[in-house]
Amino acid sequence: MMDGITPEAARHILPAGPGKVVGRGVARIEDGPLLRGEGRFAADVNFPRQLHMRVVRAELAHARLLRVDASAARTMPGVVAVWTAEDVAEIPPIPFRATKVRGLEPYCQPVLARDRLRYVGEPVAVVFADDAYRAEDAAEMVVVEAEELPVLLDATAPPAEFAPGLDTEPTVVRKEYGEVGAAFRAAHAVVELELSVGRHSGVPLETRGAIARYDASSDVLELHGTAKKQHWNRDEIARLLGRPPNGVHLFEGHVGGGFGVRGELYPEDLLVCAAALRLRRPIKWIEDRREHFVATNHSREQHHRIRAAVDAEGRLLAIDDAFFHDQGAYVRTHGARVADLAAGMLPGPYRLPAYRVAGHFRLTNKTPAATYRAPGRFETTFVRERLMDAIAHRLGLDPVEVRRRNLVAAAEMPFARPLDTLGTDIILDSGDYEGLLDKALARFGWDAMQEELAARRAAGECVGAGLAFFVEKSGLGPSDGVRISIDATGAVELVSGAASVGQGVETVLAQICAEALGVDYARVRVVHGRTDRIEFGNGAHASRVTVMSGSATWEAALAVREMALETAGTLLQLPPSELTIAEGVVCRADGATGPSVTLAEVARRMGPNAPEMRGRTPGLTAERWFWSDHMAYPYGVHLAQLRIDRGTGAVTVERYLVANDIGRAINPVLVEGQIRGGFAQGLGGALFEEFRYDPQGQPLSTTFADYLIPTIAEMPVVDVLIAEDAPSPLNPLGVKGAGEGGTNAVGAAFAAAVDDALRRPGAVTSLPILPAQVRRMLDGAA
Amino acid sequence: MKPAPFAYHDPRSIEEVLDLLASLDNARLLAGGQSLMPMLNMRVAFPDHLIDLNRVEGLTGIMEEGGSIRIGAMTRQRDIEESEVIRARLPLLAEALSHVGHRQTRNRGTIGGSLCNLDPSAELVAVATALDAVLEVQGSAGIRELSIHDFPVGFMTPALAPEEMLTAIRLPVPPAGHGTAFTEFARRHGDYAIVSAAVLLVLEGSRIARASLTLGGVGAGPLRLRTAEAMLVGGAPSEATFGAAAAECAGIEAMSDPQAPAWYRRRLSAVLTRRALETAAARAAV
Amino acid sequence: MSDAMHDLTLTLNGQAHAIRVEARRTLADALREDCGLTGTHLGCEHGVCGACTVLMDGQPVRACLLFAVQAEGRAIRTVEGLAKGGALNPLQRAFAENHALQCGYCTPGFLMLGTAILETDPGISDEALVEALSSNLCRCTGYANIARAIRAAADAMSTEGAA
Repeated sequence: MMDGITPEAARHILPAGPGKVVGRGVARIEDGPLLRGEGRFAADVNFPRQLHMRVVRAELAHARLLRVDASAARTMPGVVAVWTAEDVAEIPPIPFRATKVRGLEPYCQPVLARDRLRYVGEPVAVVFADDAYRAEDAAEMVVVEAEELPVLLDATAPPAEFAPGLDTEPTVVRKEYGEVGAAFRAAHAVVELELSVGRHSGVPLETRGAIARYDASSDVLELHGTAKKQHWNRDEIARLLGRPPNGVHLFEGHVGGGFGVRGELYPEDLLVCAAALRLRRPIKWIEDRREHFVATNHSREQHHRIRAAVDAEGRLLAIDDAFFHDQGAYVRTHGARVADLAAGMLPGPYRLPAYRVAGHFRLTNKTPAATYRAPGRFETTFVRERLMDAIAHRLGLDPVEVRRRNLVAAAEMPFARPLDTLGTDIILDSGDYEGLLDKALARFGWDAMQEELAARRAAGECVGAGLAFFVEKSGLGPSDGVRISIDATGAVELVSGAASVGQGVETVLAQICAEALGVDYARVRVVHGRTDRIEFGNGAHASRVTVMSGSATWEAALAVREMALETAGTLLQLPPSELTIAEGVVCRADGATGPSVTLAEVARRMGPNAPEMRGRTPGLTAERWFWSDHMAYPYGVHLAQLRIDRGTGAVTVERYLVANDIGRAINPVLVEGQIRGGFAQGLGGALFEEFRYDPQGQPLSTTFADYLIPTIAEMPVVDVLIAEDAPSPLNPLGVKGAGEGGTNAVGAAFAAAVDDALRRPGAVTSLPILPAQVRRMLDGAA
Repeated sequence: MKPAPFAYHDPRSIEEVLDLLASLDNARLLAGGQSLMPMLNMRVAFPDHLIDLNRVEGLTGIMEEGGSIRIGAMTRQRDIEESEVIRARLPLLAEALSHVGHRQTRNRGTIGGSLCNLDPSAELVAVATALDAVLEVQGSAGIRELSIHDFPVGFMTPALAPEEMLTAIRLPVPPAGHGTAFTEFARRHGDYAIVSAAVLLVLEGSRIARASLTLGGVGAGPLRLRTAEAMLVGGAPSEATFGAAAAECAGIEAMSDPQAPAWYRRRLSAVLTRRALETAAARAAV
Repeated sequence: MSDAMHDLTLTLNGQAHAIRVEARRTLADALREDCGLTGTHLGCEHGVCGACTVLMDGQPVRACLLFAVQAEGRAIRTVEGLAKGGALNPLQRAFAENHALQCGYCTPGFLMLGTAILETDPGISDEALVEALSSNLCRCTGYANIARAIRAAADAMSTEGAA
């Protein structure tokens, strides 16, 4: 049996090739309300008598908190309450999810700052008022007295004191295998680089929001505006507020983009819940954009000092990396996950006999950091692929050739590395890396392009091309469940423990369900992100939904199908094996005319009052779970062609290709959308977006005029090659996640192409690549 | 990001506006709102009184009179950009406007609002400076005229008394044989320029008879490159002349920030000036 | 300083809405909170993202950069006015058919921007289309499908018009 596939599902592996609805770019079932302005995003949720919460935030990056004076604010019109740390002293700090790393607890964030202010934007007090405008008026009146302390803004600087007996390096993530020292001693050449990635993040277009309501009549606390991890968040909110989990329900409406940052448990989520319980009124909090830039998770900032030992043919013998991960002021819900992913995923697609990494997980006086689309991979793909380019240059090899020599071969799959990440062993499940590289080069016309670029350079233009290979990970377990029910009208409802952040989850799950059941996918109602509808769930993150919830959907739908055929067989007096379901009707599988019965009728016959159901659990319904101990690893290659304006240093992307093998595309149009949209975010991180700070730790990127998200004018035409050459053997659908491959290698590919245009190998050592830096590189300075 | 409270005034005539300005403390004029509204929403501007100019009669319109074009202060940027008169007579203004924000923001943004906001990178301020604009300023004492060169008196601070308002701008139409060009560099399309260059060249035969060079974004206000202008006048519109004039940018004082240090602004100034000169000369020659 | 209330009548999608608001209430908040039209979204409240784009007298404007009091007497159109009787209009259909939305948060703003383009400049050049669309941010799609949808709607409408 394949790992991850239950015996039941192994009988029903989804056949290759397009199905009736799976594998087709059908229209989304989500779009209607979103196009009519009938969506229900967090800010659209309102309850009678609600109060608006406004957060007073620290204006100093590091200070001793002396006093918070809320007396003037309490007398402002419309104000019902103002809370400081004393008012929430009983609420424990925000916890983190399970991790093998020990000793992080003292670094967790209190819901309101207690003795220290550790970053600009840290919540210090909250105001509750009857109107959002008046809440903001009152928040301005809260006086925070604090004594400035020296700030720490550089994660490569020696650690400082966090609290007595604790320094600002909570842990060092270490992984090692093979004979690293011996490899370096025996090396033909050692290549050494120092590289850094700038601080940026998901920045969804909808800011965060949280609306809590306590229904005393049923003793249930509700939280609306949630995303991503409802069940874990429910359990933690219940624990932290001293309630049973079944008395807390989280609801997900529409979600205006997640990208990793939304749906984590933040201080504001606990504050609205605590206030709803205590003030006995619904509490609404909508983050504003300036708050978002300093309050919602940052990501990415790392500095790597990496060395590679190679033989005379350019084959990797060992990599030794020390990196410094700028976590910001506190450890949040992810613990040290991004540093762990960076350490585990750095080797990527290459054979690597020996490896040692030390990830220094360090705190600074900046907004706390966590995951953002392709976490730990955008960073390490940049680092690893810079390294491969440097090896090629050192040995006089073509950059494509040096990669070919090191790629894990198709015949070596599954390929186990003596490494783990996210608590799972890294076993590359399937792949034909070199095959995809060849396809991508051919599609891009790589060789012909090189000649064309040479001609243009001879004519004075500054043009170049580069490529970067990546390996993604997806389908993080351990489990997810789906319940599918057909009601007496034939309508199908699918309840999933997954969440939707706007990526098309409902359509994809409906397609899988429809394929198995033989119904119209547009008639499948998909329920997600609601703890009141399903007891357990693991949410939407780590490109896991299509793999985990998709596989559970497949199994549940097959189970319902089997039940329907059995009941229909009794009704039609035919053996179930001779029946099939088409367009919601059970009929003969051989196409011969004969008796048939609708699923609606079958469901009615399985109702609780039907005589034949006596003694059995009624309903045409089944719940199935899918488990997986290992992740599925999508992979791909990015190819970039760009030109540089010698006068300004501006980079213009001329052509770009993302080739991505995701095992199987349930909906190729949505996959392309994921890849193109992912590219746009990678483009931001590679050329435009950065959270900057002044020397006092004041954030300089707090508006959309300072934090530069690419517009349509900055977007090149992006060609997308979706490959399905290496289905995952770990699930019955053969799928791997498609959410992050478009982002992963953008920084790396641009760096290579800018080097090439400048004719200066290794010139780019940091992201984002800014025009002023490029202008300086054109002058020949570093 | 909700504005603090203020009293709203919605006058219909210039006289009413002037009366309000004379009688109210801490009042601000609201034009197109594309800069002031964000400042209000972010609570970095706290006026007690907001005087809305959007329904005031007599502040809009584009008219050619004498050798100048007069534009009412509340004329929308998009109306100016689309105006046949402007496209024919002051193409430099139309070209610069295409870089001001986006089509959508130009639907609301006004020429007077942009000039009075005096952002160091504002395209319209640079163009007005290049074209030697004259501003009509009205106060209780009547109308006075003010050269654009005397308008900025500090960082984002115009030479307007609290009871005065800008009512119109007059732009002299350059003589026949001229060419203009506007170039700028911004990180993204529609962003405020890091540096912009507005150039006017008047050719007589094969000689440059008049040159006007203005940089935006390098300092607190627009920078007219008088030395470079003097170098150009009398010379031939050649690569060598333009190169020498652009090289003058190496000596200018420039602002510095993390994305654009002073050396980079100087480099951009030289590059953009040269490109604008070449384009303007080509256009003049047509 | 005064926080006097203003009685206004806004004309929204052809219907009159009488509301009572402070002068400082933005048009966006008035639409959402006072008139129940939550289809207009707020993405930044400082005029950069364009999510709150509505049409005022036929022109696209940012509703976060206008006060409600300024909109009195003007014809305001929002995303809720596009579908007639619940049926998607050609532009909305083109968005669905071209996968021009993912999370849908920026979508109402782009739909209103696209509506203005179709009404005033249906034969818009590719370059001008990029310029016009560059005023709004989308974080999900990478934009290509949004431009394609608007182009497809323009083509569909010109075919219908010619037929």
